[in-house]
Amino acid sequence: MPADPSHTGPVIQVQDLTLGFGGRPLLEGLNFDVHAGEVFVLLGGSGSGKSTLLKHMIGLYEPLAGEVRIGGEVLTGSEGAARRRILRRFGVMYQSGALFGSMTLLENVRLPLEAYTRLSREAMDLVARLKLQLVGLAGFEHHMPAEISGGMQKRAAIARAMALDPGILFLDEPSAGLDPVTSADLDRLILRLKDILGMTFVVVTHELPSIFTIADRVIMLDRETRGIIARGAPAQLRDHAEHPWVRRFFNREATEAA
Amino acid sequence: MDRQGGHLETAAAGEGGCILRLGGRLDAYTVADLWPRALKVLETHRETPVQLDAGEVTYCDGAGVALILDLLRRPRTPPVTLVNVPDKVQRLLDPFDAAALAAPPPPRAPRQGVRRRLGEAIQGLGQGLHAQVTFIGEATAALVHALLHPRQVRWGDAVLIARRAGADALPIVGLIALLLGVILAFQSAVAMKQFGAEIFVANLVALSLLRELGPLMTAILLAGRSASAFAAEIGTMKVNEELDALTTMGLDPLRFLVVTRILAALLVTPLLTLFANLVGLAGAAMVLLTFDIPLVTFVNQVSQSVSLTDLAGGLVKATVFGLLVAGVGCLRGLQTRTGAAAVGEATTRAVVSAIVLIVAVDGVFAVIYFHLGI
Repeated sequence: MPADPSHTGPVIQVQDLTLGFGGRPLLEGLNFDVHAGEVFVLLGGSGSGKSTLLKHMIGLYEPLAGEVRIGGEVLTGSEGAARRRILRRFGVMYQSGALFGSMTLLENVRLPLEAYTRLSREAMDLVARLKLQLVGLAGFEHHMPAEISGGMQKRAAIARAMALDPGILFLDEPSAGLDPVTSADLDRLILRLKDILGMTFVVVTHELPSIFTIADRVIMLDRETRGIIARGAPAQLRDHAEHPWVRRFFNREATEAA
Repeated sequence: MDRQGGHLETAAAGEGGCILRLGGRLDAYTVADLWPRALKVLETHRETPVQLDAGEVTYCDGAGVALILDLLRRPRTPPVTLVNVPDKVQRLLDPFDAAALAAPPPPRAPRQGVRRRLGEAIQGLGQGLHAQVTFIGEATAALVHALLHPRQVRWGDAVLIARRAGADALPIVGLIALLLGVILAFQSAVAMKQFGAEIFVANLVALSLLRELGPLMTAILLAGRSASAFAAEIGTMKVNEELDALTTMGLDPLRFLVVTRILAALLVTPLLTLFANLVGLAGAAMVLLTFDIPLVTFVNQVSQSVSLTDLAGGLVKATVFGLLVAGVGCLRGLQTRTGAAAVGEATTRAVVSAIVLIVAVDGVFAVIYFHLGI
């Protein structure tokens, strides 16, 4: 229900996006849409530009050309109040969790609420407690990030990203560095949030079991062609991909993963 | 009431009770106004039944859920009952248990008692002292090893560090030394002019710079620039487990990182001090020109008032200060703990410790030089 009902059409539109550094393109002419309530996965080999693309999609970097629209509004090049309004539409979980080490988990989750809402302290605390409960961290409100495991830190980071109930969550390698059980727990959490809250997820991951569990659609980036070499549902790509690298990626690894 | 946002209305119910109607859009922005109003209604109807009617809610997010759960969790008799809940809102409410939320989350670990904290502080001091003594011993051993086996020293690293700590510091050392010479000469000249003794300002400035201020000021600048840099570099390496990598490769971090930095500091500190002395004297000479004391007179006066022993005494001090600055910077870097704040803390401790040590050792030098008649 938190997804903003006023906007119809794709929640994210990437149009003719060319990105790179120092004027040299890393990826060129990217076009794709992300629809409300789906889990959209960015795939590719190491150095193919997945995380860089993600950082362009959330407005951390400016592209060489093209634009990114969030909820119909252009994020690329936006400034001031308009940018803040767009930024409130999504939350981001960084690869390391990026929790503030000097704050408790409750304070970490409360921070966006303090910045953007006029709720009372008691109300903000309750909202933060609910978010932590939703990601299975009830009872850890007063723990410091250093006192909990890597998997718990990632879940707390998801809780913080959800503090303002954005319709979209960007997750950068949520399973990286986690054991398979914790990784599977995180996958279940993503599906649960998608089911209960109707959230849209954009996920960068390498983990094949995770991709087959959570992804509705994937795109695969390629460093050599500087573009998208495959797009579709994971099972469809595994069974029918034409590009040899995509076939190798899905079939060989998928067989091993199974 | 705001039909565009969220709204809250009350209506009378049987037995003196009240129906609290929530409706519209319940999100983090709209519930900020509704929340205190809803709590006030509960306060007014403290002992009569209250029904929470959510039938008109059109949009609800986490903050809306929090508002509903907050009203339901309040301990009261009879408790608030929730009616007419839309399916979508019910799905959002399902994962939570209002009764469980009535209890506060587990508190923070209680603060330890004063005696325990005092004991831990004393223990920490002892451990710190132990670590410092250990470091001095290990660093000395590593330096002796480096002197006996110079080919094993990473001279390339040492030269690079010497360039950063020495050559790159020339502008700031030069600027501060020039200003120091100018200020010292001007303040002294104004006072001594009353006695017609401006000429002796050259003696005063030369002795002060060569014996005391040149080495001291250079060492303090080095502490600010290089002790902090050494602590930050080594601290970051420790946080990134690079020191662990060195250790598991069989490479001693002290020989690999500390020796090169100490050698670089030993090399550049006396050179920087010499440079500071010259620039400081140049500054003083410029000021005395305005007091009609020509450059030749200034140079003659300086050469008569200071000896090579004064210059050498200052340079020896500077060398020891360099050793202290590099050693403390590296030690604090090696002592860095984990976490984002750790490197900053190590850097601060490096600069503070280095400056305190420099001043304390300067006092020791004053006593030693006095007894040696230098």
